[in-house]
Amino acid sequence: MYRFALGRLLQAIPVLLMVITVTFFLVHSAPGGPFSADKAVPPEVIKALEEQYNLNQPVWKQYFSYLGDVVQGDFGPSFKYSGRTVNELIAAGLPITAELAFYAMLVALIVGISAGVAAAIRPNTLQDYLPMTGAMIGICMPSFLLGPLLVLVFGIYLDWLPVSGWGDLPGDKILPSITLGTGYAAYIARLSRGGMLEVLSQDYIRTARAKGLSERLIIVKHALRGGLIPVVAFLGPAFAGLLAGSFVVETIFQIPGLGRFYVQAAFNRDYTLILGMTIFLSTLIILFNLLSDMLAIWLNPKLRHEIEGAK
Amino acid sequence: MSNLSTESFVIQEDQGSSLWQDAWIKLSKNRLALFGLAVLVSLIVISLLTPLIAPYGYEEQNLDMGATAPSLQHWLGTDIFGRDMLTRIMYGGRVSLMVGFIATAVALVIGILWGAIAGFYGGRLDAIMMRIVDVLYALPFMIFIILLMVVFGRNILLLFLAIGAVEWLTMARIVRSQVMSLRNQEFVEAAHSLGLSQWTIIRRHLIPNTLGPVIVYTTLTIPSVMLLEAFLSFLGLGIQPPESSWGLLINYGVETMEEFPWLLIFPGIALSLTLFALNFLGDGLRDALDPRTSKD
Repeated sequence: MYRFALGRLLQAIPVLLMVITVTFFLVHSAPGGPFSADKAVPPEVIKALEEQYNLNQPVWKQYFSYLGDVVQGDFGPSFKYSGRTVNELIAAGLPITAELAFYAMLVALIVGISAGVAAAIRPNTLQDYLPMTGAMIGICMPSFLLGPLLVLVFGIYLDWLPVSGWGDLPGDKILPSITLGTGYAAYIARLSRGGMLEVLSQDYIRTARAKGLSERLIIVKHALRGGLIPVVAFLGPAFAGLLAGSFVVETIFQIPGLGRFYVQAAFNRDYTLILGMTIFLSTLIILFNLLSDMLAIWLNPKLRHEIEGAK
Repeated sequence: MSNLSTESFVIQEDQGSSLWQDAWIKLSKNRLALFGLAVLVSLIVISLLTPLIAPYGYEEQNLDMGATAPSLQHWLGTDIFGRDMLTRIMYGGRVSLMVGFIATAVALVIGILWGAIAGFYGGRLDAIMMRIVDVLYALPFMIFIILLMVVFGRNILLLFLAIGAVEWLTMARIVRSQVMSLRNQEFVEAAHSLGLSQWTIIRRHLIPNTLGPVIVYTTLTIPSVMLLEAFLSFLGLGIQPPESSWGLLINYGVETMEEFPWLLIFPGIALSLTLFALNFLGDGLRDALDPRTSKD
C-alpha cells in the first residue's frame, strides 16, 4: 500500500513538470508583451520593467530560473498588482476558496448520499424517482444559472439572505455554498444509488439479513462502506470541478477567493499571476486525485489485495 | 475472392441490423428518451431554419422601446436594446448547438483513431499511447482551456479545438477496450487471411463494431461540451459578441435580472431543457445499446 502510494506520488512529478513547462511556454508565446496593453509607455520604462521582471534574458534562461523558483515555492511578483507577489495573492485567496469548497462539499455529500441511499433502498418507487429526477435537474442546472436564480428568489424577492460577499453579513455563506454544492450533490446521489444497488444484491448482505439484523444496521454497518466507494473515487475529480466552479460562484457572489483572482488575472492578462495560479491549482488537483484514489483503495479490500499481491 | 469478402460483410451487417432493431424497440419504450430525441430533433430543425423563421432580424433593435416583458409582438420579451429575445435565443442556440456538435466531432475523430490504433496494435505502442492518455487525464483541463483562451484570444475555432482536445480521452479508452476484445475474433482473422490491409481492417471491421458504446458516449459528450461552452461564455472567455450563445445570454441576463428577470429565465430554460433532453437520450441509448447495463 505504502509502496503503491509512493509510486503514484513519483508518477505525479513528471505530470507536474509537464504542467509547468506547457504553461510557461504557452504564456510566453502569447502575442504582445505583458506591458503592451498600457498606453504609450516610453521605451526606457519598458526596458526597466523588462529588466525588473527578468524578461530581457533568453526564454530558456527565464524558464530554468522560473523552474528553480517554483520548486522552492516562489511564484514571483504579480505583473498587475504592483508590489504584491503571486504567493501573497494565493495566500489571501486560498482560505476563502477552501472554506467555500468545504461547505459546498458538505452540502453535496449530505444531500447526495441521503438522496442516493434513500433511492437505492426502495428502487423503482416514488422514493427512487423523486430524488433521481431532482438529481437530473441538479445536473442540468449549471451553477451560473442556479446561482443568479437563487439570488433573485432568496436575495431579492424574499430578501432573506445577502446577495453577495463572504463573511461580511450573517448568512452570506449560505447561497454560494448551495450554488456550488448542488451539481455535485446530484452526481453523488446518482453514484451512491448505483453503488448501493450493487452492494445490496451481494451475498454478504443476504447473510446479514438471514442473521436477522435490522435493516438500518445492514445499511449503515454493512452496505454503506462498499456502496460508497464510487462516491469516494469521485471526490478527486469533484474537487477539481469545485475549483473550476468557484470561478463562477466567486464571480457571481463577489467573493475574493482564488477563483475570482484567476478570472480577473485572465482578463487583466496578468501573466505571472495566471502562470503561478495554474501551477498551484494543478498541483492541488493532482494531489487530491491521488488522495481520493488512495482512499477508494483503502476502503475496498478486493483492490487492496490485488495491489499487495502484485508486489 | 472479392465475392467472398462482400458476402462475409453482408452476413455481418445482417447481425448488426438486428442489434439496431433491438435497440430501437428498447428505446421506443423509454418515454423520457423519446422526449429527449424529440427535443433534440426539433432543436436541430429550428437551428437550421432560424434565418427563415426567426420573427425578427438578428441585428434588428429598437432603442426607444428598450426592455419589455413578454407580449404578443415579442413572445419572450425584448432586451435593453429592444431586441427580440426569441430571435436572440434562436440564434444563440445555433451557436451553442454548433459548438456542441463540432467539438464533440473533434473529440470523436481523435478518440476513435487513437483508441483503435492503440487497441489494434497492442504491445509497446499501446502502452505508450495509453500512458499519454493517463498523463493527460491528470491535467486540470478547465484551467488549461481558460489559459488557452487568454493567451490566444477568444477565438471560436480555438474553442472547438480546445474543448475537443479535452473530451477525446474517455472516447479513446472506450474504443480501445472494445477493439482489444474484438481483434482476436474470427471475423478479424478472416479479414487478415483475405489479405486486407491493417488499415482497412481497422476502418471497415473494427471501428464499425465499436459504434454502440461510441454513440452512447457521444450523446453524453454533447451536453457536457455545451455546458463547458456556456460556462466559458458566462465568464466572458468563450463566445464573443456580436456572436451570441446561451451562456452569453445568461451572462447578460444576470446583469439586469433585478428589473428584467425574463432576460435571465428564458435563455436559462433553453439551456437546461436541452441539457435535460440530451442526458435523458444518452441514458436511454445506454440502456438500449449496452446489454451489460440494461435494467434487470
